[in-house]
Amino acid sequence: MKKVKKIKIKINGRFIKTEDNIKLSALLKNLKIPIKKVAIELNQEIIDKTILDKINLKKNDKIEIVHFIGGG
Amino acid sequence: MAKLKSDKLIIAKKKFNSRLIVGTGKYKSMSECAKAIELSGADIVTVAVRRVNISNNKKPLLMDYIDPKKITYLPNTAGCFNSDEALRTLRLAREIGGWKLVKLEVLGDKKNLFPEMIETIKSTEILTKEGFKVMVYCNDDPLMAKRLENVGACAIMPLAAPIGSGLGIQNKVNIKIIRKQTKLPLIIDAGLGQASDATIAMELGCDGVLVNTAIAKAKKPFNMALAFKNAVIAGRQSFLSGRITPNLMGSASSPSKGII
Repeated sequence: MKKVKKIKIKINGRFIKTEDNIKLSALLKNLKIPIKKVAIELNQEIIDKTILDKINLKKNDKIEIVHFIGGG
Repeated sequence: MAKLKSDKLIIAKKKFNSRLIVGTGKYKSMSECAKAIELSGADIVTVAVRRVNISNNKKPLLMDYIDPKKITYLPNTAGCFNSDEALRTLRLAREIGGWKLVKLEVLGDKKNLFPEMIETIKSTEILTKEGFKVMVYCNDDPLMAKRLENVGACAIMPLAAPIGSGLGIQNKVNIKIIRKQTKLPLIIDAGLGQASDATIAMELGCDGVLVNTAIAKAKKPFNMALAFKNAVIAGRQSFLSGRITPNLMGSASSPSKGII
């Protein structure tokens, strides 16, 4: 079996290891993120949620996933 | 009474039945928050934008308790101390699900939580150009309120007192002047402590009030939510009814004729 190359990326301020070139949509699915209820930033740029499966992640990518919580 | 029924709060051409906007922070639980909102009768609630907890996806979500189809979510920029942070936050909020009506709040001091008005004005202008409808938290300063209006704010939201202080309206004169100079919705945003503070705001001619801490941190939040609902209605009704001219001396209510 071919060994999958792992990369380190940062999500919401925490480093995680994932496979190289993974699609953003696949990563979000692995993390069980409710896509409809969040917004996603990749390297400080907001990502259009309709093209998540067209984005492949690379080493040191920084992702922010936000949602609404209680606030005044 | 018929007149009151058609008396709606209009913000950015959208009509709302309630003139009470409530915050969703500081509650003990999401279910407590949801029930307080229901009792308050509010149509609009403020919400904050924060990171998703990626290590625990079983945590309850606000949207599971408060249906954004039934209650208007007003994303805020709480915790932002400059224009860049505020713009980033609201652009993300819009991306979550198309929210364009937003509350801008750029703070300038961590202790008194007063708004940083230079950054606030700058952000209002940019957001308006990007198509946002911006309700703006600001100082109770008529000149700053005017500037916000000039750069496209859709509602002016001066503080009554520092956020969460519960001190009530400190500068009625300024609020009256702002009321006189603007036709935009005027909403008292922060610092209310008890229901009567909301009545006072409405009697000054404000279009609405925004309350979070005073309800969420009351000993009985549900009762306080109801008290604020009634206080806003009472204040609005009182304002529309045309109060009597205040007099220094007394004026007897019973006729003086026929006294035995």
